[in-house]
Amino acid sequence: MNRLLWVLLLASGSVFATIDAYEFERYEDEQRFRVVVEELRCPKCQNQNISDSNAGLAKDIKDRVYKLINEGRSNSEITDYMVERYGDFITYRPPIKPSTWFLWFGPLGLALIAVVILLVRKLSAKPSEPVAIDADKHRKVEDLLKKLDDIDR
Amino acid sequence: MSRSKLLFSIPFIAFMVLGYFFLEALNSDPSLLPSTRIDQQVPAFTLPGLEDPAQVLTERQLKGPLLLNVWATWCPSCQVEHPVLIELAKNGITIVGLNYKDVRSAALKYLEIHGNPFTYNIYDEGGDLGLDLGVYGAPETYLIDADGVIRYRHVGVITPQNWRELLWPKWQEMGGKP
Repeated sequence: MNRLLWVLLLASGSVFATIDAYEFERYEDEQRFRVVVEELRCPKCQNQNISDSNAGLAKDIKDRVYKLINEGRSNSEITDYMVERYGDFITYRPPIKPSTWFLWFGPLGLALIAVVILLVRKLSAKPSEPVAIDADKHRKVEDLLKKLDDIDR
Repeated sequence: MSRSKLLFSIPFIAFMVLGYFFLEALNSDPSLLPSTRIDQQVPAFTLPGLEDPAQVLTERQLKGPLLLNVWATWCPSCQVEHPVLIELAKNGITIVGLNYKDVRSAALKYLEIHGNPFTYNIYDEGGDLGLDLGVYGAPETYLIDADGVIRYRHVGVITPQNWRELLWPKWQEMGGKP
C-alpha cells in the first residue's frame, strides 16, 4: 500500500494549480501555451512563473501569449517577443551572450581546471624509490607468509 | 613569496572576490529591472483619451520633452507621488498620464479630488500599451524626448530628492525646460 502511494506520488509530476479559461482549437496549441507560460517568469511577482501567478500582470501576459499562439507564432518567437518588452529577466532560460558566459560555461570551466590540476599533479609526481630489503627482513616476510598459508589450510 | 604561501592565499583571494559579489547583491534591489525600451521609439498604440473617450491618441502625439507617468487609482504609491507631479507641472514640465488598467469613472474622480497635473491622459484599460512598454508596476515614469524616443525609465515614486538628483539631470540632458 505504502509503495503504491509512493509510485503515485512520483508519477504525478508537475501539477497545474491554475485552471484558465483559455480555449484552443487545436490540442497542440494548448500544449504549446502551457510550455510557454511555464517558462516565462513574472516580472512583478518574482520567483513565480506566469502560469502559477495570479497577479494582474501575469494575466495580461497570458492573454498576450494566447493571442500570439492563435496568430500562429512559434514558441521561440513568443519568448523573444516578451524579452523585447521585459528583458532577459522574463525568461528562465538566459540567452548565451558575453555577460552570461560565466553562468553557462563557468561550471564546465571549473571542472576542466580541476582535471588539469589533477593531471599535472599525477604526471609531475616522482615515482617512489624502491626500498632495499636485507636478507633478515626478507626471511621474516617469508615466515609470515608461510604462517598465513598454514592458517588457510 | 614562497610557493606554499602563494597556494594558501588562493582561498583567501577567492573569498574576497565572492564577498565582493555578495555585498553588491546585498545592496542592489532585485525588484528593479532595467528597461529594454531605452533609446527606442515609443511603441505604436491607438488608445482613447481618459477625459474624452472619443479622442484618438497614438504614439505620434508623444513628442517631448515630456514625462509619461503610469498611474492608477488602485496604486497607493501613485497617491504618494501625486503632489510631486503637481509641483512639477506647476514648474512647466509637461506630464502625460498613462492611466493603466483603471476604471474611467474612478480615475476622473481621483483627478477631481487630488488635482490634475497631466496635460492629457491615455486610457489604457487593458494594459496593452503597458505591456508593450514593459510596465511591471505603477508608478513608472518614462522620459521621452522631442523625437519620441524613450530616454529613461524611473520605477517607483518620484520624490523631490530623486527628482533633483536623478531625473532633473536626465531631463536637462534631453533638452527639457525650464
